Amino acid sequence: MIFDAATVSMLKLGIWETLYMTFTSSFFAYLIGIPLGIILIVTDKDGIFPIPWFQRILGLIINLLRSVPFIILLIMVLPITKMVVGTTLGASAVIPPLVIASAPYVARVVESSFKEVDAGVIEAAKSMGASPLQIIWKVLLPEAKPSLLVGAALSITTILGYSAMSGFVGGGGLGDIAIKYGYYRYQTAMMFATVAILVIIVQIIQEAGMKLSRVSDKRIK
Amino acid sequence: MQSAEPIIELVGLGKEFHTSNGPIKALDDINLSIGRGEIFGIIGLSGAGKSTLVRCINYLEVPTSGTVLFENKSLTAMRPREQRLARQSMGMIFQQFNLLAQRNVLQNVCFPLEIAGVSKKEAVDRAMELLEMVGLSDRSKAYPSQLSGGQKQRVAIARALATKPKILLCDEATSALDPNTTKSILGLLKEINKTLGVTVVVITHEMSVIEAICDRVAIIDQSHIAESGCVADIFSEPKSKIGRQLILGEATERAIQFGESKRVRITFDGRSSFEPVLSNLILACKVPVNIIHAETKDINGTAMGQMVIQLPEDELDQNRILNYLKTAKITHEEVKDL
Repeated sequence: MIFDAATVSMLKLGIWETLYMTFTSSFFAYLIGIPLGIILIVTDKDGIFPIPWFQRILGLIINLLRSVPFIILLIMVLPITKMVVGTTLGASAVIPPLVIASAPYVARVVESSFKEVDAGVIEAAKSMGASPLQIIWKVLLPEAKPSLLVGAALSITTILGYSAMSGFVGGGGLGDIAIKYGYYRYQTAMMFATVAILVIIVQIIQEAGMKLSRVSDKRIK
Repeated sequence: MQSAEPIIELVGLGKEFHTSNGPIKALDDINLSIGRGEIFGIIGLSGAGKSTLVRCINYLEVPTSGTVLFENKSLTAMRPREQRLARQSMGMIFQQFNLLAQRNVLQNVCFPLEIAGVSKKEAVDRAMELLEMVGLSDRSKAYPSQLSGGQKQRVAIARALATKPKILLCDEATSALDPNTTKSILGLLKEINKTLGVTVVVITHEMSVIEAICDRVAIIDQSHIAESGCVADIFSEPKSKIGRQLILGEATERAIQFGESKRVRITFDGRSSFEPVLSNLILACKVPVNIIHAETKDINGTAMGQMVIQLPEDELDQNRILNYLKTAKITHEEVKDL
């Protein structure tokens, strides 16, 4: 089965919109998620700057946000989207809900990467008189780097999955095409084509993340 | 050897942990004075509180009572920033080495210097100098995963010494190493103590480590200091039950299998180890004895020996032997609670 030129250019635009939504949202989600993850780990009762009550409240808020299904959040934050982007339609309009939905997820992924850092190494840094900030910059972040990269592949592919739901609010991208043509117009071929493209994109992101992690990890000889 | 001036003083130190099963006293009323330039050992069985104790010295653990004095300044009274500064004068090495896995050897040794705000060039020069000292200058670009346990500990030692600390805290530093590597690391620690004059505090559960390098030792048991003093004195005359247990080691369990009659522990100093003490005893008393345990060790260049003998059941024979030991001025004591 061969698509005509118009369909191909539509799919191309879909790919571009999907990548644009995914990577822009991932960027902002990490911009918020990394500091949140650091705060979660640092203020933990066994952390380097324990504030247990604060940590618990922050954890609760993050869990609350994570328990709202994305499709519902997409609609709930429409007023915010309108305020930030100026419109509730198109790929850009999906970015605010994507960031709001994925930042707490990213925070948890980042937190779990930091948790993998050997407590003994942190203790060694403390024994040398390192301040909490120095421990974050010079120990936590560099030591967790390989794990953070694996986490990034995981987060970005999850955000890609979220972005596909944006079709329901006219957000554009491959998900939008799949719903409009594959679902509403029963064009099964279109449905499969978009899914196949999504599979390939996920594969590439996942593999790239794993590869980067392996290359950067000095624990492997 | 111990000088009169203490570098670390622990006064009435206590540490309580709050657990779900209620408070646990890890340390209780610890009083210790560690002299500048000496190698001080702290020995105890696992769970005795020795790791907590060493962490109180550099305030990685905040004691719940008492004071820590470092060069006559109270760490307790310091603000966090001053405590961090004080820690730069105290190096620490660990059982699991705790090297930064994503940094190579050179970068690991530079790490404490970065924290102290030393310029990059100066840090690299100092680090290379230290790697030379620990014999690893050719591995400066290697990553910790490419090193053996002994090499990792050498890097950790170089790293701990980077900021020219006055004291080096060793927390079970040789417990993860094989006997030969342990020997070479202990040799390195002794050399550092001699050449750089760094005070060394050694935490261990192995008496052999104490014997090999320590000048003085404190035995910690159930959160308390059971006894402390010169290694040679404690070795020849342990006063506490735990002290006898640690020094006699396995003999403790083996001795129990023998009969009920009286047992005596004889210790030899450098002088008497050249005399055939036991043969003379048997010839003089014309009574057989049963040797239960015997060993000789080299403590700071002096041969120290100890032997546990079992006396015959006849009381007259027993007294004859005890009298002989007394008149021959051989250090001995009756062993009861083995």
